[in-house]
Amino acid sequence: MTRKSRRLYFVLLGLLGLGAGLALVLTAFNDNIVFFFSPTEVAAKHPKPDQRLRVGGLVVDGSVQKNGTEVVFTVTDMSNVLPIKYVGILPDLFREGQGIIAEGHMGPDGIFAANEVLAKHDEKYMPKEVADALKKSGRWQEGSNAKHPAPENAQR
Amino acid sequence: MITELGHFALALALAVALVQSVLPMIGAARGNGALMDVARPAAFAQFVLVIAAFGALVHAFVTSDFSVVGVYNNSHTLKPLLYKISGVWGNHEGSLLLWITILAVFGAAVAALGRNLPPTLRARTLAVQGMISVGFIAFILFTSNPFLRIDPAPAEGLGLNPILQDPGLAFHPPMLYMGYVGFSIVFAFAVAALIEGRVDATWARWVRPWTLAAWIFLTLGIGLGSWWSYYTLGWGGWWAWDPVENVSFLPWLAGTALLHSAIVVEKREALKSWTVLLALVAFSMSLLGTFLVRSGLLTSPHAFAADPTRGIFVLALLGITIGGSLVLYAIRAPYLEGGGAFAPISREGGLLINNLLLTTCVATVLLGTVYPIITDALDVGKITVGRPYFDAVFVPLMVPLVALMGVGPLLSWKRADVTGALARLKIAAAIVAVVAVSTLAVSGTSLVALGTALGFSMAAWLGISTILEWAERTRIIRAGAFQRVIHLPRAAHGMTVAHFGMAVLIAGITASTAGRQEHIQTMTPGQSVEMAGYTLTFKGVATVPGPNYTANRATIELTRDGRLIDTLQPERRVFRQPPQETTFIRIHTRWFSELYTVLGDPDDNGYVTRFFYEPLVTLIWYGTLLMALGGLISLTDRRYRVGAPRRAVSVAAGMPAPEAAE
Repeated sequence: MTRKSRRLYFVLLGLLGLGAGLALVLTAFNDNIVFFFSPTEVAAKHPKPDQRLRVGGLVVDGSVQKNGTEVVFTVTDMSNVLPIKYVGILPDLFREGQGIIAEGHMGPDGIFAANEVLAKHDEKYMPKEVADALKKSGRWQEGSNAKHPAPENAQR
Repeated sequence: MITELGHFALALALAVALVQSVLPMIGAARGNGALMDVARPAAFAQFVLVIAAFGALVHAFVTSDFSVVGVYNNSHTLKPLLYKISGVWGNHEGSLLLWITILAVFGAAVAALGRNLPPTLRARTLAVQGMISVGFIAFILFTSNPFLRIDPAPAEGLGLNPILQDPGLAFHPPMLYMGYVGFSIVFAFAVAALIEGRVDATWARWVRPWTLAAWIFLTLGIGLGSWWSYYTLGWGGWWAWDPVENVSFLPWLAGTALLHSAIVVEKREALKSWTVLLALVAFSMSLLGTFLVRSGLLTSPHAFAADPTRGIFVLALLGITIGGSLVLYAIRAPYLEGGGAFAPISREGGLLINNLLLTTCVATVLLGTVYPIITDALDVGKITVGRPYFDAVFVPLMVPLVALMGVGPLLSWKRADVTGALARLKIAAAIVAVVAVSTLAVSGTSLVALGTALGFSMAAWLGISTILEWAERTRIIRAGAFQRVIHLPRAAHGMTVAHFGMAVLIAGITASTAGRQEHIQTMTPGQSVEMAGYTLTFKGVATVPGPNYTANRATIELTRDGRLIDTLQPERRVFRQPPQETTFIRIHTRWFSELYTVLGDPDDNGYVTRFFYEPLVTLIWYGTLLMALGGLISLTDRRYRVGAPRRAVSVAAGMPAPEAAE
């Protein structure tokens, strides 16, 4: 095999790899990107029930209702509220007044059906998306953010 | 006092690192031996100073000196000693100090073990190592000083997050860091070689042990992290494609590619500039891993507080290191060409495709990980790229890789006969067919079942062809096999063990993904749940006091065929300082499968409980351990021993080598 044909072979292989990678990424991106919406954005954009979403906000005090393994609660970004339904065990640090993120779909009844709820472990900590959403609605002061959040997922 | 000494030692280390990065570089350029000789003592001095600084911080944590901010924020007098020590690296400042400590240890190791390196290469390598130290120590001293004091000193600390008080996590960051930092040595060697303009088989031999060591630590670190998240977080998951997991996986993928391409440089002197590029990429990914996690750019459990000055410093460090090395590469790489030609179908060709697939994996995983950061920065929307994306891009790239892993080792260098190699794998192919058909017969022909059959087939293919290759190489069924096994290079045994570990890992992933069962319910005492042949009976919950927490402890009796086989007591612990609740799961292990129990919140009529059945899940960690073990066996290969380079040089010079008989 000559030098030239070897180089051609490398280039072709590289292009093949690049093309395959690109094709995979594009198809996967199409179906699997999940947008984060604040309750205000949910109210404004009316996401369809088949769109996978992340939503988040502060859990409204007194809104958590447990019924067996099903939990219903409301999150707020201080401008709008969004009810969320989740079946399972909530993360240990899920509390009223705390920032959480939920992933799932909008139900036709206007209740967000979550199949994953994320909370952060430090009681002062706010998930980044939630903090930004609160900043947008003007109800968040810089500097009240805290350190060392630890992981805590509840997945189904 | 000791804290101030530590701070001072770190400042001195910065000065030494500056000297180490400048003088030897000048010396190497001018052929001045005296200047080049500065590198080794400087590396040793830096080692002593950085160890002193690290020791001072450990001392502050162990003695609970709450006048130090980091100790106050992360420690508590009631914490067990192990977690006082692991608290040192459980925060941003301390974790960076750990990073730099490992860097100093590796630097001193190069200085001590690299006596046989050509003086210019050694001087330049240590100088690059010094530059990395300068960047990191300056970052610590100017933006993240772990030795800051508070006045007046508080009487008690805030405590370490209880979820981090776990032996698995105590050793997870040091392991990962040893992997990350190990690649800094490889990076330094690559930059030095680019400056010298020479990459050859000897260079590949010097670099290989460091690559292997880094790879082993990274493998163990990732495995440990996955195991920890499995048994502490309470949802039975071992990999979530969380950005933080991804950034530790990226250097692993690049490092794995590097390990394989370095073999081609070593045996055939081909793919030189590609290998150097991979060395640069592997360390760049490590830096990205260190900083993306710590900078708070990722919404992630591990992210510490974001501080804009830190962010800018980090970006500058990343830019200079990655950008600078790539510019150097662009200028110098064209001078590296040359080396053995080979046919597309050959061992080299196989390793090249391996590299192509692995780097494509790096690119796609990297894209998915940083894409949300980019869209957020450009303000085009907040998005998450989650598990479905990564599964969709990663699995299709792994399938051909694993298929190739079975055949590759049987191909000969330069030009190979692929039909011959496949013919030798007839048995493997037959067994794969049986595995695939029987999986489908059991689980039907749904899409999930097809995936499961594919997973098991891949595992069987890889496992069996790996063993076949080893058996053929040692001609295991002929007389004298024992001698041949002994004399086979350790690296060959290492490859067999690591590849087999990968097969075990794939089997574990497939089985635990496909056969996972989950039950969530509210239970009152006396109620029971049937699952995977077990009956789990809920006996009730008792309150039990612990040293720094109070626990609600459930009692769950496990029966199988009417016989009591185990009693599991999962807990929910409420810690006093910091006041947090944590889930403590309990697991029953039978062979390689596990039954996983979680206690949830009290409900009006009882307690919420969650049970998982995870078939063959432990194979994931046994497979990871086998891979690391394979690396370790490879590392003990005589050819890569510390004294080996000199002999290798003499071979190159045409002199008889003592190890030629091997």
